[in-house]
Amino acid sequence: MSTLVIVEHNNKLMHPATRNTFAAALQLDKNPVLLVVGHECQAVAAQAAAMAGVHAVWLVDSPCYAHPIAENICDLVLSMASSFSAILTPASTFGKNLLPRIAAKLDVAQVSDVTRIIDSNTFEHPIYAGNAIETVRVLDKIKALTIRTTAFDAVHDEQSSCSIEHIDKAISGAKTRFIKQELSRSERPELGSAKIVVSGGRGLQNAEKFKLIEDLADVLGAAVGASRAAVDAGFVPNDYQVGQTGKVVAPTLYIAVGISGAVQHLAGMKDSKVIVAINKDEDAPIFQIASYGLVGDLFELVPQMIEQLKTA
Amino acid sequence: MKILVAVKRVIDPYVKIRVKGDGTGVDKQNIKMSMNPFDEIAMEQAIRLLEQKIATEVIAVTVGTEASQETLRQALALGANRAILVSTAKEHCSLNIAKILQKIVNDEKPDLVLMGKQAIDGDNNQTPQMLAALLDWPQATFVSGLTMNGDSLEAVREVDGGLETLGVNLPAVISVDLRLNEPRYASLPNIMKAKSKPLTMIALETMGLELKEHIEVLSVTAPPTRSGGVKVDSVEELINKLKHEAKVL
Repeated sequence: MSTLVIVEHNNKLMHPATRNTFAAALQLDKNPVLLVVGHECQAVAAQAAAMAGVHAVWLVDSPCYAHPIAENICDLVLSMASSFSAILTPASTFGKNLLPRIAAKLDVAQVSDVTRIIDSNTFEHPIYAGNAIETVRVLDKIKALTIRTTAFDAVHDEQSSCSIEHIDKAISGAKTRFIKQELSRSERPELGSAKIVVSGGRGLQNAEKFKLIEDLADVLGAAVGASRAAVDAGFVPNDYQVGQTGKVVAPTLYIAVGISGAVQHLAGMKDSKVIVAINKDEDAPIFQIASYGLVGDLFELVPQMIEQLKTA
Repeated sequence: MKILVAVKRVIDPYVKIRVKGDGTGVDKQNIKMSMNPFDEIAMEQAIRLLEQKIATEVIAVTVGTEASQETLRQALALGANRAILVSTAKEHCSLNIAKILQKIVNDEKPDLVLMGKQAIDGDNNQTPQMLAALLDWPQATFVSGLTMNGDSLEAVREVDGGLETLGVNLPAVISVDLRLNEPRYASLPNIMKAKSKPLTMIALETMGLELKEHIEVLSVTAPPTRSGGVKVDSVEELINKLKHEAKVL
């Protein structure tokens, strides 16, 4: 039994989702191998090696991996896959793009968004926007799993680092080329790993007024999220979206402001520890799952909240 | 250019699903079914390429029971030229669906395969990537912008941190995201016209594919229910409760 974790990163920083994925890998194998593929990403390998419990980090550094092109990383992983019985990635857009391609090339099934590892062949994952939980047994020799990071506690402890093995292998297909990237910049904590998330919906009315959500987030040190309605209406960029088709979050505190609570949104946040809903419609479905509900005009209530949090 | 669009018949997204008591799955008896919403977007994109004369033919394909003909008729009403149903009574895992589609691609030789990024029932988000792998074609997933340049295309992808643009050579597999377009409704005359468009049925058993079992579903259960808590009367009370009762502030 040996497990490979493909590390998500931007060549400088290891993505925090790796910490949760590694935690899941530890349930399968005492000594998972962490694979860092990128360009000038030595720092990422060092961060991976410093996680408590990591025994092996493989580093493949080449200009052809400067951007995570699925075709290139897939072929690289295939060249090493035969020695592993499980391959894990976070269930992020990175992992979802890459792992099914690897699985198909290996002629094995993939389980998406694993929320629980029952044994080395048996896994739980949500289906129907989180409205049902499916338990599956994988019959293939190699298990390909994307890990729902909010379902596994991140490995935060550090060690004085382990050795890093350099592997020299460049693969660059000519069929796919990276052209450009436009990232949304934010000083706030990252949505997927924030302890507090404040989300706004269509009730915010426009992009200008959505700033109110950001102001509330700032006094709480929270990340900002949004419903699909708010994204589609152009209040915020799409990577703010929480839901079945956006990000899945499970913070300690989730504050939903002006969000009715459509099934697709609930799929992305219903595992939050405490949910607060602020909505003027007292029959909004969000109140059926909210730990604390406040009925009223968000344009009166949210500024009050900001004021009281500042003075407290 | 010939485009193949893979569509799936799923429980309508607005239906509240019910998990069967015996843990074998989700109740589909007398439930409203529709085309997977992501596939509608893929179909809309193909039709727009047809209207722009970039595409010459759009073929809708699905794998499923004979009831899936209804979904294909919808695709034809939206503007697909013809449709193929690979009929099978069984539910198949993503990898086997990808293998079936691979066979159809090898027979039809499209230049582009458009698919939804995920089906809203299994939420797997796998089949397009798997099909691309089996064909050894490039892939662009979660696409929200698409520009054709001769024999390559530029795809804008929705990634976690924002957007990424890839250049992809044809033939390719593209999986589409919700923001790519706004699907149209089929007009009544088009629904009538769709009835006479060609729909080929192929029985899976006659395709000569050896599909093995990769996954066994042991059970399907309802998630733990979360009950509503309390309504508070003021911001002051809310902050007080968050601090002292829930202890999250």
